[in-house]
Amino acid sequence: MTVEREQNPEFEAYAHPERLVSTAWVAENLGREGLVVVESDEDVLLYETGHIPGAVKVDWHTELNDPVQRDYIDGAGFAALLSKKGISRDDTVVIYGDKNNWWAAYALWVFSLFGHEDVRLMDGGRDTWIAEGRALSTERPARPATDYPVVTRDDSALRAYKDDVLAHLGRPLIDVRSPEEYSGERTTAPAYPEEGALRAGHIPTARSVPWGKAVAEDGRFKNVDELSAIYRDGAGLTDGEPVIAYCRIGERSSHTWFVLQHLLGFEDVKNYDGSWTEWGSAVRVPIVTGAEPGEAPQTR
Amino acid sequence: MSDSTLTGQAAEIRDEFLDLDLSSRLELLLEFSNELPALPERLADHPELLERVAECQAPVFIVVEVDDGLVTMFAQAPPEAPTTRGFASILAQTLNGLTVDEALALPDDYPQMLGLSKAVSPLRLNGMSGMLQRAKRQLRARVGR
Repeated sequence: MTVEREQNPEFEAYAHPERLVSTAWVAENLGREGLVVVESDEDVLLYETGHIPGAVKVDWHTELNDPVQRDYIDGAGFAALLSKKGISRDDTVVIYGDKNNWWAAYALWVFSLFGHEDVRLMDGGRDTWIAEGRALSTERPARPATDYPVVTRDDSALRAYKDDVLAHLGRPLIDVRSPEEYSGERTTAPAYPEEGALRAGHIPTARSVPWGKAVAEDGRFKNVDELSAIYRDGAGLTDGEPVIAYCRIGERSSHTWFVLQHLLGFEDVKNYDGSWTEWGSAVRVPIVTGAEPGEAPQTR
Repeated sequence: MSDSTLTGQAAEIRDEFLDLDLSSRLELLLEFSNELPALPERLADHPELLERVAECQAPVFIVVEVDDGLVTMFAQAPPEAPTTRGFASILAQTLNGLTVDEALALPDDYPQMLGLSKAVSPLRLNGMSGMLQRAKRQLRARVGR
């Protein structure tokens, strides 16, 4: 059973306002049947220091990734995880997290690969909730286990592999990393650990739009006109054209994927989760350095 | 794991972690995180004396001192980064009171010996490895080797 969507005039101009909820809505609806609040953070201990009362934790590194292959868990693994967390297939899931919902957007994207129908982000994330002085709890909710069905993960609509990106060259690509990573001065985000790419730069023709441009000063998403100016006018995206976003391991680009797909309403948006840690180490893929997007190679 | 190489506090802390199941290891890491002491005033007023650990995702700064031949490590990290605080606290509690030779003998893969890879993820653990390497480098510089 899902919960009705928030009627919030601030969200109505977005293409899919049903994908967002405000902190106030979460506070009012906590404990409703059919609603599960999920916290997903970069810092694996943040949930333990205090979380939205009743929220369950899903950790991207240790729970959504396959422990051996570089891939996400499969349908059986996802079913086991969500059953254990007490989430049903028809529950409304609201995800929030630290760092302006980077990892929350990543979790939402993975839930979407499994076709979980009603999954939403809490606008502003954990920081907004705390800044507003709302309640936190360290109590682990005891949700009864559910029987989440085994659903085959469908990567075809939302996920791009390296070969898809090669075939896509010349069509819109968005690089959401920092300008220093884009130009090739460095392979990691400023102040971030080295994650092992052997070459620096960007995928030819990719336009640089650092993910954080979509976020307003108060930590919430910018309004639809501001977003449209950044991605349509600024980065040259046109409606109807397929677009692929990438970053370093796919987490910041999930945030941009959410903006393009759900807030601006682009219909064919994929996240290339292999991102720079794959592309920057792959043999014989084209790379461009410097501040300009560069040209697509004529022949491959 | 190469447990034979650890002695003293390092061995005790490792055993404390390895005796627990995965989720309890996270709780213990949180306890360490909460135990990280604030910087003494003489350091808090002089941030330039501390070194930034670039391998960590959160801003964390460390300084290692040697007094009477014994090692003390200080660290500062924000409350929104409890995992990083936990890493710093483990290293401080491991190193503090050791002789320089004992501290330098701590294996570089000590962070990997605590049974945290599955609880935290290997990628996140890289932050603690970076911190340990920087602490040892500071120590070597202080004693001139």
